[in-house]
Amino acid sequence: MSKTEITAEPGIPMIVMTREFDAPRELVFRAHTDPDLLVQWLGPRDLALTIDRYEVRNGGAWRYVNTDAEGNTYGFRGVFHGDPSPDAIVQTFEFEGAPGHVCLQSATFDKRGGKTLMRTVSAFQSVEDRDAMVASGMERGVHHSGERLAELLTRLQAS
Amino acid sequence: MATDRLSLVFGALADPIRRAILTRLAEGEATVAELAAPFAVSQPAISKHLKVLAQAGLISRNRRATARISRLEAEPLREVTAWLARYQRFWDESHERLDDLLAAMQAGEEQDPCRDPAATAKGSDDEQD
Repeated sequence: MSKTEITAEPGIPMIVMTREFDAPRELVFRAHTDPDLLVQWLGPRDLALTIDRYEVRNGGAWRYVNTDAEGNTYGFRGVFHGDPSPDAIVQTFEFEGAPGHVCLQSATFDKRGGKTLMRTVSAFQSVEDRDAMVASGMERGVHHSGERLAELLTRLQAS
Repeated sequence: MATDRLSLVFGALADPIRRAILTRLAEGEATVAELAAPFAVSQPAISKHLKVLAQAGLISRNRRATARISRLEAEPLREVTAWLARYQRFWDESHERLDDLLAAMQAGEEQDPCRDPAATAKGSDDEQD
């Protein structure tokens, strides 16, 4: 089973994420750009995802809304820069609950035999923006656990 | 956890020597001399690092006889870990769902694209943990 690697270095307003998928890059790219497919996987199962618009082209806008079990809604929106392709999807990302705190994201899909290595880089306007985004934007139940502590230290040690 | 405290903890963690000190302290408390031993830096330099770690709440310091003992305080690290764990869980779960979708697509079982997206997402509510 593949694992999503997330690196958030102290003091640098970026998050880098890598993940390998057992599928051709065109398919992984399609799952990221076809709203009918996106809605089937983006976000945890207990958050409903509704896509308002998803104009996959240079200058195209996108917007979707997450609804939790209590009926709270969280809107996100942005714009595609350049025509999205498996070589790169470049887009802005903004949580409507914190307008103006816009993040620039770029995703690439590299062929690895029959598999695909996806790498996304998110650049925030400040470390504070990044930390707040991670802390609040994707809020869910958290399980505190001792093993996570050891994992974090190992990860920080290796960086 | 307040963002300013998070910044303080991250700032303290930004230095490789301070991370190595924390890793050593995860095995048990130690004196300044013991902490300085593996590094090519002076004890006063180590003391400065310990001060930064103490200000971030990552360690506590006590005097025993003539030696100053440092001890790891796990809570701030646990909070930082929880901070990242939320994000990690969001994407772990999304990508596991994407794995399933990609497998289904390759098996030729692609879903009807005309299906109502909201209904799709809501339909899996009963599978939540």
